[in-house]
Amino acid sequence: MIKFRSAWYALPNLVRFLVRRLFVGALLCLGITFVSFALTQVVPGDPVSANLGDRAASDPEIVAAFRARYGLDKPIPEQYLLYVERLFHGDLGEAQQTHRPVTTDLAQYLPATIELASAAMILALVFGISLGVIAAIKRDGWPDQVIRIVSLAGVSVPTFWLALVTLYVFFFKLGIAPGVGRLNPGGKAPPAITNMFTIDSLLTGQWATFGTAVSHIVLPALVLAIYTVGSITRFTRAAMLESLNQDYVRSARAKGLPERTVILRHAMRPALAAIVTVAGMAFGRMLSGTVLVESVFSWPGIGQYAYKSALALDLRAIMGVSLVVAVIYIVVNMAVDLIYALIDPRIRLG
Amino acid sequence: MSSQLAKPPLLSIEGLTISLPTAEGHRAEAVRGVDLAIGRGEIVGLAGESGSGKTLTALSVLGLLPGGARSGGRIFFEERDLLASGRAARAVRGSEVAMVFQDPMTALHPMLSIGRQMTEHVRFHLHLSQHAADAVAVEMLDRVRIPNPREAMTRYPHQFSGGMRQRIAIASALAAGPKLLIADEPTTALDVTVQAGILRLIEGLRRELQLSVLLITHDLGVMSALADRVYVMYAGRVVERGARSDVLALPRHPYTRGLLDALPHGSPSDHPLRALPGSPPAIGRFPVGCAFHPRCRFAEDICRADVPDLMPVAPGRVIACPIDPLMAVPA
Amino acid sequence: MSDSSLSVPELVVLPRRRFLRRSAWTQPLGLVGLALLVAIVLMAVFAPWLSAHGPIEQGAKRFLAPSSEHWFGTDQLGRDVFARVIYGARVSLPYALQLVIMASVIGTIAGAIAGYFGGWIDGVIMRAADLVMAFPDIILAMAVVAALGPGLFNAVLAVVVVSWPIYARVVRSMLLTIRDEPYVQSSRLLGISSARALWVDVRPNVVGPLIVLAALEFGHAVLILAGLSFLGLGAQPPAPEWGSMVSDGSKYFDKWWLSVFPGLAVLLVVLAANFVGDTLRDALDPRTAKAFR
Repeated sequence: MIKFRSAWYALPNLVRFLVRRLFVGALLCLGITFVSFALTQVVPGDPVSANLGDRAASDPEIVAAFRARYGLDKPIPEQYLLYVERLFHGDLGEAQQTHRPVTTDLAQYLPATIELASAAMILALVFGISLGVIAAIKRDGWPDQVIRIVSLAGVSVPTFWLALVTLYVFFFKLGIAPGVGRLNPGGKAPPAITNMFTIDSLLTGQWATFGTAVSHIVLPALVLAIYTVGSITRFTRAAMLESLNQDYVRSARAKGLPERTVILRHAMRPALAAIVTVAGMAFGRMLSGTVLVESVFSWPGIGQYAYKSALALDLRAIMGVSLVVAVIYIVVNMAVDLIYALIDPRIRLG
Repeated sequence: MSSQLAKPPLLSIEGLTISLPTAEGHRAEAVRGVDLAIGRGEIVGLAGESGSGKTLTALSVLGLLPGGARSGGRIFFEERDLLASGRAARAVRGSEVAMVFQDPMTALHPMLSIGRQMTEHVRFHLHLSQHAADAVAVEMLDRVRIPNPREAMTRYPHQFSGGMRQRIAIASALAAGPKLLIADEPTTALDVTVQAGILRLIEGLRRELQLSVLLITHDLGVMSALADRVYVMYAGRVVERGARSDVLALPRHPYTRGLLDALPHGSPSDHPLRALPGSPPAIGRFPVGCAFHPRCRFAEDICRADVPDLMPVAPGRVIACPIDPLMAVPA
Repeated sequence: MSDSSLSVPELVVLPRRRFLRRSAWTQPLGLVGLALLVAIVLMAVFAPWLSAHGPIEQGAKRFLAPSSEHWFGTDQLGRDVFARVIYGARVSLPYALQLVIMASVIGTIAGAIAGYFGGWIDGVIMRAADLVMAFPDIILAMAVVAALGPGLFNAVLAVVVVSWPIYARVVRSMLLTIRDEPYVQSSRLLGISSARALWVDVRPNVVGPLIVLAALEFGHAVLILAGLSFLGLGAQPPAPEWGSMVSDGSKYFDKWWLSVFPGLAVLLVVLAANFVGDTLRDALDPRTAKAFR
């Protein structure tokens, strides 16, 4: 034990940091399987009748076979182990609506969501950080006041409503935005590589498709980004104000560096490290928000899939979606920790 | 010392006033007509308690006053008025006038390498290539006795001790070859054992680089080790000025005397150790008349009525006190 | 007051940390938010006097555009949209309030236990909080609703499950900082039991920040409940709930007034709550405010 401890502390700081984060991440993933198992257990409905048709459910032999297949005849801890084992094999059960394995459905719908959420995240970071920095520099001046109201409006506006209003104005009234969906009606998808249409069309050089795909993603991505723009703006402002107050910023000014350098290099860097962490958490909320945005924009992603499954009260499919989203959230936040470690030499070098 | 002042001084502050906005929305004068001159190669000490305006005076030279502050008067640096033109202030900041701050733990950027912090302003001011700036930085690190300067350039502040960081901060400030170094309490945050080393370093650099130094401190012990001449400030005004040896051996202003009495190894060694009664007034609450009168053992009616002028009492020596405490008997 | 600040009594009367700087009540944004909230609550209370029509009364022609007779027009069943929006406050506000109260009570208890006992109990509670926060709120709420059946109260329960951790974190971190304050230490030295110290010394310092947090979370509660109703998982027809009104209206795309007004109502309530919450947060002692992130 002592040997192990000293060996552990002999490891470079960065390695220790990463191992610790990986461990926590793995633990969280395990916890998530537990929660999702517990939720599927509390369901009042009988999984047998939920998964078999009425006729099949009345046949005792089929029922027994079904129970045996999913281990429903075993004690609960054992059922949990079986559940985790099935998860590891990518078996999330069968979706009621599509009559396909939930995993297959997710694999089909996930790329569209990742594409949309990534586009929205990029927009949110660009706008949020710029607005936050401006607000901090012009503290208490009119730009700060305006940005404050804008960012508060951003976190206050109901996403689903904004989606409808923008669609009504820019598509229905002004006709400058394309309609719903990822491509024009009848449009042919680019060859499947990542299944993200913008990237695939770029990779295969289909410029026309790329243009359509981009024009279709702009509006939903903006709507999805609005909330995160608001929260990143507020956070950036606070982080920048704190950073601008630090002695090292005064040192940089005393060295006669141009104000641009002082702000963009000296003040921004520590603020960025903090912003990255918040952005990781915001990404989780954004994935959740896809449910509302995708259902309005008919965006065939996991959000819309979850929505349709919820209307059909298909718990298995919804739990599949939330499992995937939770795991993405954990992985993203581990990546964020890694970025943080790389930005901050105090962690990187110990 | 007087020979140094015969030539035009490097820095000459004339009638400097600085006012700050108060929480109630008014303005309060924090610096109230300060005259100060520094000759080439001279170390001038500026002493006073917190709130005396010494740091604001120094920051105004660099044009780094806090937001909302307003300044008046003139600050000549080699014939250029830094207060009159923001362009002139920006031109000398960092290149001809450099500053070192109190706390080396926070004054260096925690996320930028030492090399980056040593060279970026050098490149900016002297228009050097990265390679040439690196050479300047390494030489300067060597000069402040950082072991392995080339390797130190690749490291980060948290990998150095407090004393080392202050040496690095000084090296960084001097890398662009300034003529004047403003050091604001450069040793206050350091261990006593490290302090002496930093003071010796500043003294040595002054000789090697013909540097002028404005040394700001509340610690007259630090002052006595280094300064050629001393200014003592109280409540935004200079109350005593003179050669270091004269002032410390025989303080003429009651405030200076009080400060020295509070030192464990104060000069008049037969005096018992005695703290100044009361505390310095806050900005905006300076007493009428001589601001020091509520704490002064010698105060008379005139002190409560009129602001005393700075009067010469000996060659190169002025005090702002109508009562010469050498002659007076404590009330 | 200030003249005696150095005199002896202050050393005996242990100072409490004031949780708000005085400036909070002079901020125009906060006052605007407060006025809006009061107006909206009054609107909900006096709905029958404000509107000539009932929320589910189907008297008028269908799809009338906004006019002096029907300010916000009429919907697909000939109901007055203005009446439905006004009465909608009677649905959304109580449920959001319910949600905030339940989540804050559970979160406060969890956070107090975690911060007070520390050790493995703290570890378990805070890891559970991390776990819940990893789940996407709307999607998890959808799962709970799918399990329990649609309905606003089930939606509230679902959202409580995902929103208690923020309160737990704030309370815990307040507890940890306050535990080391001199006046808490001193009551400990005076032999006051820790539970009593917690109640007497800590409670006044936690309540303020909790109210600020609740103000900020109230807006979020309104938003997420409206979102779930929009998806058809919250309020059920014919209840005049804003989210489901937007959803109904979206089926008649060219009849913009069906969706625009209820959505605006949501925006207004949430904006008002956020104006108040944000102003209060700004006025918080900066050390306390940090715990909010």
